[in-house]
Amino acid sequence: MSDVMIEVDGLTKDYGATRAVDQVSFAVKKGEVLGFLGPNGAGKSTTMKMLTCFLSPTAGRAQVAGYDVFDQSLEVRRHIGYLPEDTPIYRDMTVLEFLSFAADMRGMDSATSPGRIKEIGVRCGLGDVAGKLVGELSKGYRQRVGLAQAMLHDPDILILDEPTSGLDPNQIVEIRSLIKEIGREKTVILSTHILPEVQATCSRILIISGGKLVADGTPDTLRAREKGGRYRVVVESNGVAKEAIRDRLAALAGVARCEILAGEDGAYAFALDAAASSDLRKPIFRAAVDNRWTLLELLRESASLEDVFRNLTTGDPLAAPTAESSIEKGKS
Amino acid sequence: MSPALVISRREIRTYFNSPVAYIVVTVFTILTGYLFFTQLFVEKQADMRAFFNIMPLLFMFMVPAITMRLLADEQSSGTLELLITLPVRDWEVVVGKFLAAMALLCTALGLTVIFAITVRSLGPLDRGPAIGGYLGLVLMGGAYVAIGVMASSFTRNSIVSFIVAFAISFGLYLFGRLTQFLPQAWQSLVAFLSIDGHFENIGRGVIDTRDLVYYFSVIGVSLLVATLSLESRRWR
Repeated sequence: MSDVMIEVDGLTKDYGATRAVDQVSFAVKKGEVLGFLGPNGAGKSTTMKMLTCFLSPTAGRAQVAGYDVFDQSLEVRRHIGYLPEDTPIYRDMTVLEFLSFAADMRGMDSATSPGRIKEIGVRCGLGDVAGKLVGELSKGYRQRVGLAQAMLHDPDILILDEPTSGLDPNQIVEIRSLIKEIGREKTVILSTHILPEVQATCSRILIISGGKLVADGTPDTLRAREKGGRYRVVVESNGVAKEAIRDRLAALAGVARCEILAGEDGAYAFALDAAASSDLRKPIFRAAVDNRWTLLELLRESASLEDVFRNLTTGDPLAAPTAESSIEKGKS
Repeated sequence: MSPALVISRREIRTYFNSPVAYIVVTVFTILTGYLFFTQLFVEKQADMRAFFNIMPLLFMFMVPAITMRLLADEQSSGTLELLITLPVRDWEVVVGKFLAAMALLCTALGLTVIFAITVRSLGPLDRGPAIGGYLGLVLMGGAYVAIGVMASSFTRNSIVSFIVAFAISFGLYLFGRLTQFLPQAWQSLVAFLSIDGHFENIGRGVIDTRDLVYYFSVIGVSLLVATLSLESRRWR
């Protein structure tokens, strides 16, 4: 088998007249953790449901672990572990019963499966709730049961639809490190709309919007697409009006845009967007010295994935609700 | 173990972990017991005819109650997605559910063997009709259960599933009552479709292939339709 674990080519799904997934193509290699990113209703779950053989594509094809999702769906399902959205699990079974059920369904050897269930249960932090009914568990624990079920048979490919939804921050960190660990040897696709999650766990990102694939790359390459970067500057005014300071800053070479942020007592905060990949730190410092502002803070933020995401999925890069006002440079 | 058996084992456990199984078995035993012992004490007649005669009607209510949530619940709670993305064929899911409902039905029928024992202790038990009657019950019950599983695959609502299953079995039951109003040429065909006519034949202790063919066909067609209906989700 080659290194390519998942190959998707022109995958399309129509629900009646609506096109949920439109001509999506991508490939995932072994050892990759792929983050599937997009706003609600973008087609993430639908794509995952097609990869796991729950839905059939309207057009296009997909191969998982070398098997076609339509013609060899049983083989595909043997090679994947899947955590559906909202973790539907039989509520009338205990955690242990449910995991043994999944093991039996997968035809796991009944001599070794109890050991395996115990191992995966401990790994997913289910030790305390093994005898409890799934219906009585909190969302976070149910999520972990779902994850344990998906990883039970040590699959080559894990497909996780919003694996950390409903978890508390500690659990999120645990689950993320678990996913990362698995991702070293296996292939993981996870969907989410939580951006820090992607940064923390994924080696590659796909952004999908309106059913179409709009970006594909590592977090770094995607960030690099957003030129320049963002600077945060806080100066003590020494009596100068904040609009005047803003105009000065905006007039600096290489500044695309300058906004006034909410300031503290006697100090004003500004956000500057660099035009190209120019370094604005020196010009800002000089401007402060020349104008006798007291520079309290100067922070360079590289473009965040939030910006990338917003740009690609809404086409509105200037959405910045905290700004009091802003001016565009380059009018003169 | 085959996935179908794993599913049916899980389903049987669900029946007996919830009140469903106990309610169905209790109500069934009380109703049939009432009929049997009324006949025994009032008419002073120790045979099982009244018990067997009521079964086609009784199954019509009881079996849909057993089968209504089998697939409807999986669809409404979303667990179908989890189940079907495990390596299992759609027909194995359907057969697993069918076997589970059959197991519960046979448990209920098994308890009524006490009537046969009662008859036997009071006088000679006519073995042919008794054994034939139970065989017929299992076959006819299979047809009802298969129809119920099929109805459950159509909808995510258990109540709708119950009503559809009831309507289909009632329709098949009516066929047996319609024959006298139909032209001669149609009579035998319509009579053949009747769900309880074949049961009566088998109940006489005569096992005819036509009767077996009928029940196995109803079971086969219903489970096939259920499988197709389950598969159709992929295209929605």
